[in-house]
Amino acid sequence: MSNEENNKEMKELLRQAIAPVKNTELRRDLWPSMLQRLGRQPVRVPWFDWALAALLSVVLFFFPRAIPALLYHL
Amino acid sequence: MELLERFVAGDLNAFEMLFRQYQSYAYRWIIRIVRDHGIAEDLTVETFWRIYRSRARLDPSGNFRAWARRIATNAALDHLRHARRETELSEDYPAATRGDPAVRSETREQIRQAFQQLPVKYRLVATLALIEEEPYNSIAEAVGIPAALVKIRVFRAVRMLRKKLNSFGVEVGAK
Repeated sequence: MSNEENNKEMKELLRQAIAPVKNTELRRDLWPSMLQRLGRQPVRVPWFDWALAALLSVVLFFFPRAIPALLYHL
Repeated sequence: MELLERFVAGDLNAFEMLFRQYQSYAYRWIIRIVRDHGIAEDLTVETFWRIYRSRARLDPSGNFRAWARRIATNAALDHLRHARRETELSEDYPAATRGDPAVRSETREQIRQAFQQLPVKYRLVATLALIEEEPYNSIAEAVGIPAALVKIRVFRAVRMLRKKLNSFGVEVGAK
């Protein structure tokens, strides 16, 4: 039996056991779900914010007396 | 500026237009693979989420439809990989009720079981080629492999199915 005949026979058997999908129409607009998904994306902190935080940490480490002044201005 | 160029530049309105234009197309492709409305909806959103994330890699002069279908196929494939192997076919799509009465319901159940046990990459091409009757070239483009390899995978899937069915005591053609 050739490959094509093998495939054909199995195709017939399969299609009797598992029907092809008939209703393939989308039932609703998925844009609201997409917007939800977009809103769930993790907050990304820009690299310069990290750099500022690092700089501030270094300054506060070397000048701890600046901490109360910083807290006062926050 | 063209729609795709605006999308690549990060314009959310352009993304919404693309989404509305292609959501049905992506859904129709995915449901033929996963065969469940709810899962297909989730995977459609997942597909566009992946599209949105990788927009920088999109060539605005290229074929968006083909690119989207490839991503949709990968999303569906990932789902099949992670879904429990013993998951039954969805009740939304029960077994075919028509067909040869000589093929008993017990045999049909065995065929479905054997099919569910196929490795995912074979199940994918077998679903599209044998059940949904999608042309090899189209499957090849969606999966990102040559058409000849699709043919080989279908052949191997048929061989595995036959072997499995024979082990269930169902005689199917030549070995």
